[in-house]
Amino acid sequence: MLTLRDVWVEYGDRIILERVDLDVTAGSFVSIVGPSGAGKSTLLRVILGQEQATRGSIMLDGAPLPPECGPDRGVVFQRYSVFPHLTVLGNVVFGLECAEAPLFARLFGSRRKAAEAQAAEMLAAVGLGDSLHLYPAQMSGGMQQRLAIAQALIKRPRILLLDEPFGALDPGIRADMHALITRLWQQYDLTVIMVTHDIREAFSLGTRVLALDKRRHDPHAPHRFGATAVYDLPLDKKKASSESPAAQAGAAA
Amino acid sequence: MRWVNRQIGRRQGFVLGALPIALLALVYVVLSAQRHALNPSDKILPLPSGMASALWGMMQQPDALTGKLVFWADTLASLQRLGLGLGIATLMALLVGLVLGVLPPLRATLGPLVTGIAVIPPIALLPILFIALGLGETAKVALIVIGIAPVMIRDIAGHVAALPREQIVKAQTLGAGSWQIMLRVALPQAMPRLLVALRLALGPAWVFLISAEAIASDVGLGYRIFLVRRYLSMDVIIPYVAWIALLAIAMDYAATRISRAAFPWAHPSASGAGH
Repeated sequence: MLTLRDVWVEYGDRIILERVDLDVTAGSFVSIVGPSGAGKSTLLRVILGQEQATRGSIMLDGAPLPPECGPDRGVVFQRYSVFPHLTVLGNVVFGLECAEAPLFARLFGSRRKAAEAQAAEMLAAVGLGDSLHLYPAQMSGGMQQRLAIAQALIKRPRILLLDEPFGALDPGIRADMHALITRLWQQYDLTVIMVTHDIREAFSLGTRVLALDKRRHDPHAPHRFGATAVYDLPLDKKKASSESPAAQAGAAA
Repeated sequence: MRWVNRQIGRRQGFVLGALPIALLALVYVVLSAQRHALNPSDKILPLPSGMASALWGMMQQPDALTGKLVFWADTLASLQRLGLGLGIATLMALLVGLVLGVLPPLRATLGPLVTGIAVIPPIALLPILFIALGLGETAKVALIVIGIAPVMIRDIAGHVAALPREQIVKAQTLGAGSWQIMLRVALPQAMPRLLVALRLALGPAWVFLISAEAIASDVGLGYRIFLVRRYLSMDVIIPYVAWIALLAIAMDYAATRISRAAFPWAHPSASGAGH
C-alpha cells in the first residue's frame, strides 16, 4: 500500500536517511526503532508529508504522495497533538467540520448533531465518553493521547502515524494505551506506523519491527552517512507477544 | 520563614496594597496644609477641599462657549478618541498579525514593513499626520493607531507563529486548509493574547492621546490639563490625572475579566479546573 523507493533525506551536507526502501502492506503495524538521531522521526515526517525527501519516491496506493500533509494520513505526536482551545468533543468534531464546511469550518443544526454523535461514538471507543466537555488542559497526559487518537481516527486515515505517542506517559497508563491501540488497530482495520524508543513496546505492538541505524560510519565526518533500515523483522502477531524477549535478543545481536 | 515563601492572603494583600497609597496621600495632605498655613492662596499643592470644589465646578458648570459641562465633555471626547484608536489598532493586530503569523509568504512580504513602521517614534509622525489629515479627530485617532498597532501586530504574529508546529500539521491531517487553520486554530488561540496585547497597549495609547490633545485640540482630558497649566491650576490638573488613572485601571480590569469569561481554556487555574 505504501511504497518507499531509494529515499534520501539531507539537510545541507548532513545526510539523515539514505537508501530507504520500504513496502508497508495494508493492515500491518510497523514499529520503527533505533538510536537517537537515527532519523526515526524524520522518516515518519517524510511519510506524513511534513518534510520532503531529497531523493526517491514515495507512493501511497500507487500514486505519488503530495508534498504536504493530508487527511489520508493521520498522526499522533508525543505532545501538542490536540487543540487547547477546543473541548474534547470540539477537537474530534473539528475533523468532520473541515470536510463538510469549507468556508467556516463549522457545522450547525442537524448536521452538527450528526457530527457530534459520530464524534461521541469515537470518543467512547477510546474511553473518553465521560469527558466530552473538558478542555485538554483539564485532562491527564494519557487522556490527551486518547483524544489525539480519536481525533485522528474520525477521519478514517489510510495510515495512522504515531510519533512516540506513549513516550511521556507513566508505565501503568502506557500499558492501558497499548491495549487500547491494539484493540483499535484490530477493530478499525488500521495500518499503523509507530516510532518508539521502547524496544519492548515495538515488539509487543508491531507485526513488523524496523530498526534504523547507520550502516557505515566515517569517524572524521559522521554526518556524511545516513541511517537506513538495518533490521526488518516480520513478526507473527499471535506469537509475537510470547516470544518478544527472544526477538529482542535477536535484534540486539 | 523566608520571604520568597510568604504567601499573602486576600485581605492582608488589600491592606498591604492600600498602605503605600494612603501614606502618599497623607504626606501630600501634610505638605499641602503646611504650605497653606504660610500662604492661604497657594496654588502648587491645593488642599483636597480645593480640588473637590474645582472638580465639582467642572462637572456642574457649562462652558461659556460651548454650553457643555466641561468635565464630561472632556471625558467623552477623550474616551471616544481612545476607543476608536484602540478598536482600530486591535482589529488591525488581529487581521494582520494572524495573516503574518500563519502564512509564510505574507510574513516575508509584509514583515519588514511592519517592523519598519514599528521602530519610528510615533510622535515624530504627528506633524505628518496633522499636515495630511488636518487638526481634527482623524489625526488624533491615527496617532494612537500608528503608535500601538505595529507593536500589537508583531506580538500577535509572533504568538501565532509560535503555535506548536504539531498543531498545524495535525489540523492538516484532519483535512483543514490554510483558511480553516487560520479561522479555527490560529484565530481562537490568538484572542486571549490579543487582550493581553491590548492591556499592554493601554499605557502608550493614553500617552499618544494626551500628546495629540495637548498639541491641537479644543476639548479632551489632555487638552484641559495643558490649558489650565497656564493658570497653575493644580486643583484641576491633579483630579484630572487621578481620573485618567481610574479610567485606565477600569479598562485594564475589564480586559482581564473579558478574557477570563470568554476564553476559560486559556486560564485553567482560574476556572478551578485540573485533576
